[in-house]
Amino acid sequence: MGLDCAAESITAATPTARWDPGAVRSDFPALQQEVRGAPLAYLDNAATAQKPQAVIEAVARYYREDNANVHRAVHLLSARATAAYEGARAKVARFLNARSAAEIVFLRGTTEAINLVANSLGLQAGDEVALTHMEHHANIVPWQLQQAASGAALRVLPISPRGELEIEAVEGLLSTRTRLVTVTHVSNVLGTVNPIHEIVDIAHKRGIPVLVDGAQAVPHLEVDVQALDCDFYCLSGHKLFGPTGIGVLYGKAERLSALPPYQGGGEMIRRVSFEGTKFADPPQRFEAGTPHIAGAVGLGAAVGYLQGLDRVAAAEHEQGLLRYATQRLREVPGLRIIGESPDKIAVVSFVMEGVHAHDIGTVLDHKGVAVRAGHHCAMPLMDFYGVPATARASFAFYNTREEVDRLVEGLQLAREMLA
Amino acid sequence: MSDELTDIYQELILDHSRHPHNFRTMDGPSRMVDAHNPLCGDTLKLYVRIENGRVVDASFKGRGCAISMASASMLTDRVKGCSLAEAADLFETMHHLLTGTGRPEPTDLGELGALAGVRHYPMRVKCATLSWHALKAALTEGEPAMVSTE
Repeated sequence: MGLDCAAESITAATPTARWDPGAVRSDFPALQQEVRGAPLAYLDNAATAQKPQAVIEAVARYYREDNANVHRAVHLLSARATAAYEGARAKVARFLNARSAAEIVFLRGTTEAINLVANSLGLQAGDEVALTHMEHHANIVPWQLQQAASGAALRVLPISPRGELEIEAVEGLLSTRTRLVTVTHVSNVLGTVNPIHEIVDIAHKRGIPVLVDGAQAVPHLEVDVQALDCDFYCLSGHKLFGPTGIGVLYGKAERLSALPPYQGGGEMIRRVSFEGTKFADPPQRFEAGTPHIAGAVGLGAAVGYLQGLDRVAAAEHEQGLLRYATQRLREVPGLRIIGESPDKIAVVSFVMEGVHAHDIGTVLDHKGVAVRAGHHCAMPLMDFYGVPATARASFAFYNTREEVDRLVEGLQLAREMLA
Repeated sequence: MSDELTDIYQELILDHSRHPHNFRTMDGPSRMVDAHNPLCGDTLKLYVRIENGRVVDASFKGRGCAISMASASMLTDRVKGCSLAEAADLFETMHHLLTGTGRPEPTDLGELGALAGVRHYPMRVKCATLSWHALKAALTEGEPAMVSTE
């Protein structure tokens, strides 16, 4: 590092001093409430994040002042709605560092984005799609539907007991018939950050495109799609502090241009006659029907909110929470953390000997602590670890060490009561 | 600790979940039903032996939360000896009790009344009803031998 000791010790002593979670908490109305007589400790951010006032107000103001259909009428409100919708697209493009806003398709969410690519890729019998053992069902089931329809095969990239992709096994599972490698950037259960650069390198050397499920990554990591060099990147607005029902498919321009439409309807055409239809260019080609305009506006506001934060400090704060939570959870007898990659975002899944995850969830709920309990839409991963379910605490930059303490107190109570 | 929490996790329920009764497979059951809660991944198999229109034995295997284990344990205790009509009535009564759609008096139900606390936990009702849906399927000729609470 080349720094002297004094400088290093200052850095070590004040890793999160630049970040005050109390200040950002006041931006989130839902965090101001009590549940079951205690202040809400919302530790279910990997399921969906809370919304800042800026997002709530942007959606409300759109409906209050600008509501009209986009790309259609000549009147002023339609012009304002179109400008707001396309403005949101440009904001998301800058947020991901896409080359152009035309590479940003607005959809319902990550699930629809993956379904779009799965449907439009034109898989045929004998083709293969490679995915990892840690995928969310949203990056498994769309491919299984295509498998059934086309006869294409799935190849599963293995993971280690620590919850890391076995990167050295990737190459051997690719073949001349591999049409796509589809991989989550961050596991929603394990928190593992996958080495996307390496995966893209391996795949691109063979001319295979890569789709990245970024739903769990974008709330925590600064994502640059050009630096990653992935061909597709998918995200959900609601996990990024934006509205539900809006998400994004980023695709390199040449990749999107090569895909046929996913759904037909208005908005996605250039000219329609009964003899045939000429489709619009991307991104409109993939946005049939009136889009979720207010959702896109809200997502644009969420992205704007995040860009107004010191995201480096926010990420350091989250990593501090992860270290603290990991250390405190290890103090709870009978508790086992699932997912121990050194490269993790602030998600901790765990099981407790003799206590089912759902019972943990109910006891914590009584303490005002919201966690997720279940299979997290990753049943193959549950099978890998031989558990029916886990409990999962997932953090955002607005969470605090006190909330970690309350989580641990609740777990001690669950253990005393139920184990 | 809050009253609602001690209500749902009362000693009787914890006893049944830690030491479930009739927790065994059955050779040659009249019916065996696979029950699955896709919400949480809990699964159980319910076995019943029916002779002369009466449930003469009931048992279960599987894994799940304290509520689903206790509910299945109490069910197998209670249903043994019931006629098919009585068992069907018991399903209806318990379904109303657990979902809060009727107003049976828990006191009439003996131990089963302890499960009434789940009514206050909408997210947990399906844990308690899993084994009861399996029972209903087991009692009904022609029902699929697989039930799901979703």
